[in-house]
Amino acid sequence: MLKRTPLFEAHQKLGGRLVEFGGWEMPVQYTSIMDEHLVVRKAAGIFDISHMGEVVVNGAGAEEFLNRTLTNDIRKLAAGQGQYTLMCNEHGGVIDDLYAYRLTAMEYLLIVNASRIEADVAWLQGRLGSFPDPRSVMLRNASDQMAAVAVQGPRVAEFINQCFPGASVAGTGVAQVSDLKKNEVAKFAFSGKAIWISRTGYTGEDGFEVVSPAEVIMAIWDKVMAVGHQHCLQPAGLGARDTLRTEVCYPLYGHELDEQTTPIEAGLGFFVASDKGDFVGRGVLADQKAHGTGKKCVAFKMTDRSAPPRPHYAIWNTGPGAGPMGEVTSGTQSPSLGIGIGMGYVKPESAKPQTPVEIEIRGKRASAVVVSKPIYRKPG
Amino acid sequence: MSNIPSDLKYAKSHEWARAQGDTATVGITDHAQHELTDVVFVELPDVGRQLKAGEACAVVESVKTASDIYSPVSGQVVEINKAVADNPALVNGEPYAGGWFYKVKLSQPAELDQLMTPAQYEAEISGG
Repeated sequence: MLKRTPLFEAHQKLGGRLVEFGGWEMPVQYTSIMDEHLVVRKAAGIFDISHMGEVVVNGAGAEEFLNRTLTNDIRKLAAGQGQYTLMCNEHGGVIDDLYAYRLTAMEYLLIVNASRIEADVAWLQGRLGSFPDPRSVMLRNASDQMAAVAVQGPRVAEFINQCFPGASVAGTGVAQVSDLKKNEVAKFAFSGKAIWISRTGYTGEDGFEVVSPAEVIMAIWDKVMAVGHQHCLQPAGLGARDTLRTEVCYPLYGHELDEQTTPIEAGLGFFVASDKGDFVGRGVLADQKAHGTGKKCVAFKMTDRSAPPRPHYAIWNTGPGAGPMGEVTSGTQSPSLGIGIGMGYVKPESAKPQTPVEIEIRGKRASAVVVSKPIYRKPG
Repeated sequence: MSNIPSDLKYAKSHEWARAQGDTATVGITDHAQHELTDVVFVELPDVGRQLKAGEACAVVESVKTASDIYSPVSGQVVEINKAVADNPALVNGEPYAGGWFYKVKLSQPAELDQLMTPAQYEAEISGG
């Protein structure tokens, strides 16, 4: 039996095409992936992200506990700020990538991948068991009680305040939602309930993510849909979510990241703090930062019209002795660029932008080129 | 409601065939293009290739999936639709006209009688 978010009926009413995603029944598209992708780039889209996980970590020891368990430096966060970070095992392999928000001085909210909720909570609990002062940290998996939507696109700032009027009551102090800066988060009241809104997203566009108690998310969805309509807001599904994030080279767990891949290999060294003291995986990651890795995640673009590159297609280098050297991890036809694009792992010597490579598509090799990230950049 | 022209024959795998003398034109149905949504690439068989009815002979790619196309009839490919290679969206917009895939010189014209009539295909896609 697949799990359903509290917004399931909304997807049915809208005629969303429902598919299985990590044990959940989710809309892959409502009209077409292309249309939904383009409307997010040009105007606004709303995504149900209630399947994602919410883990609350609070207490006097929360900051230290998290800093020893996550790769980024959580001490950098003031109350009302969030950061992208990763959680690694002792070999530097990624258990999950996530966003960590400091809501108040001692309360943190972790937003984790839907497919990794159980693995993450088990890992965190195990880590807490060996923390010097476990009673100074409270850990709670709030995923079943909470829900979320992402509202993304250049026009969202025009109407978000109308959806959630008023000043923030905790986190970053703002007179209105649209005053939040990138990565800031604040608490607002909605229908008498506390909701948290962050200026974050997974599309490469401006936007906000709203986390609320499960029982008000439908009212939130309806409000945003009603208000956003005049600003060309459309509902957008997981298909568009995937093409949008691929265009800007955001990793997806299970594709660019897994337990056998480190953040350094994935090109995410920026989010691995070298100078904050010990954390799980520190030694391996420091070593890789200093001496390099056996594989590197690159972005690529097809150079001619071809079938789209897809996950698991082989990537070949070119020239004498050419052979398969890695695999595509994410790939699609780019709706914004009209050409095949993707990410994948290659040998370090083939990782420089402008390196020609080939993607093996159904037994034939099509030419492509390594490009710098992101593949798609907003014009102007 | 799916468009099912009355002058065509249909395969269970959602290809259509239009007989014209000793050749047939092949494409995919309105139902198929609607299921796929945005077609981004079509890989067509080479001209001159000999096809057997039921053989996988082309590939249609949408954003999310690649689908095999099975030739509803046997024969030699005599023409392919370059327009669809340049503009895959034709498959969505004109599945029975500009979005055609290839033409074959029929080697077994009687195969056309084995294909579904419009009424049979309609029943098929309605889950009947």
